[in-house]
Amino acid sequence: MRMDKFMRLLLISTASISILIVALIFLFLGKEAFPFALEPGLGKLFDSRWVPVSFQEERYGIYPLVAGSSLVTLLAMLISIPLSIIGAIYISEVAQSIEREILKPFIEILASIPSVVLGFFGLVVLAPLVKNIFGLSSGLNALTAALLLALMALPTIITISEDALASVPQSFKQASLALGASELQTIFKVTVPAALPGIIAAIMLGIGRVIGETMAVLMVSGNSAIISFYPLDSIRTMTATIAAEMGEVPFGSHHYQALFWIGIVLLFATFVLNILSRLVLKKYGMAQ
Amino acid sequence: MVNKKETSKPIIQAIDVNFYYGTTQALFEISLDIAPQRVTALIGPSGCGKSTFLRCLNRMNDIIPKTRLTGKVLINDRDIYDENENIVELRKQVGMVFQKSNPFPKSIFDNVAYGPRIHKLNGKNQLIEIVEKSLQRAALWDEVKDRLNDNAMSLSGGQQQRLCIARALAVDPQILLMDEPASALDPKSTTRIEDLIGELRTDYTIVIVTHNMQQAARVSDETAFFYEGQLIEFSPTKKIFTKPKQKQTEDYITGRFG
Repeated sequence: MRMDKFMRLLLISTASISILIVALIFLFLGKEAFPFALEPGLGKLFDSRWVPVSFQEERYGIYPLVAGSSLVTLLAMLISIPLSIIGAIYISEVAQSIEREILKPFIEILASIPSVVLGFFGLVVLAPLVKNIFGLSSGLNALTAALLLALMALPTIITISEDALASVPQSFKQASLALGASELQTIFKVTVPAALPGIIAAIMLGIGRVIGETMAVLMVSGNSAIISFYPLDSIRTMTATIAAEMGEVPFGSHHYQALFWIGIVLLFATFVLNILSRLVLKKYGMAQ
Repeated sequence: MVNKKETSKPIIQAIDVNFYYGTTQALFEISLDIAPQRVTALIGPSGCGKSTFLRCLNRMNDIIPKTRLTGKVLINDRDIYDENENIVELRKQVGMVFQKSNPFPKSIFDNVAYGPRIHKLNGKNQLIEIVEKSLQRAALWDEVKDRLNDNAMSLSGGQQQRLCIARALAVDPQILLMDEPASALDPKSTTRIEDLIGELRTDYTIVIVTHNMQQAARVSDETAFFYEGQLIEFSPTKKIFTKPKQKQTEDYITGRFG
């Protein structure tokens, strides 16, 4: 009995550590960022220019960074969602088992490539490609970043969607085929709808990966903090800004605090995304 | 006993059917004629090939890789294993109900409407009519008419199985294949399914695989006894349960093995 109690305590404390860590992250982000709200005031964040180092007037507007992150994320998802879902359907429902055994490990390898290395690929292969195709002076822009991010989101979405599709009971497919439905009708009218919660979760995780990705976008997005929704413009994301500037910023300065605010916005965005995906899953009765 | 010869032309004719899973032969030279608007039961111990044979009749074995069939299966005089055979049409004509009820995770309405929608028997009003008629035939309408938009998974096991029957009836098949349709159900639900089979026999040709010999005796007109991939005996049910011709049939029916 005492052992039981001891184990229980041990398990509770390990389980609680994650809660504690999340709470601490919020706390410290807040602590570092808070002074900015008093001086120079939160209003400074709602500005259209990000010029944190200047001889005249520093400006800490996060609009261009939010716009950059949104544009890149949106483009990346537009590219990767259809590709990866079709890929998952192929692997799970159409491919021969030999094809499956070749395809799956490669997709998993793709997931394990460090993002900096993918950044090289973006610089050397994708950027010149985009540059030449559109006749630009530089290939470092939102589209290149989005292509690279789409590539990074692919394995996440494919793997999880494929799991979801593969776990649809064989009996559903049989029922559909026995009613005279074709393979294709069965896939799109029974299998995919039945796997939808899992596919949506896969997409949400993919978006999470894309929003949070830092190094690759830092390398290929061009890094100009302008507000633009044109894919061939250089942009700069929130994550890239933090990564690029954190190392050089004077500790405790307004600039330093502003970077923490960007972190909070980022955290908030993923938080909202998380809640949304939970709501979606709940609607389909799949959340625990 | 008077041997009442069936005069009507058979709707299903199996001629020398051999069936293989890879290199394992599961059916040996099965020849069997099934008359229309009758209930034919396929009985025999596990692994005797009765389900395999049933699944040959709507080509459901096609989806299992490395399977092969020789011989002929004629339905309405058409060779369903002919290379020009349209499987969609075949399966529309030959409906199937599975051992484990398998409604789609959709609404009750959408489950029944699935087949008609696939086969473009469209028109909203027509669809509503088909769904209602099918549910009535499956003796489920009164229980679900006020909750057609509820998820089918919320029904009880017996209701789910009747829903699957309604779903199969909605595409208006001539033949209904049932693979142990009541084996996963409680006795009360089983009785309802058996009653339902009794009602459906006037309009459909039913072939039912069952483990339960009392069930075969209760619901069927003809019974085929399978053993180790062979058709041992095929006679009117009454005869097979009272005066089986073969020793093996008698042993099985009297429970000496199985």
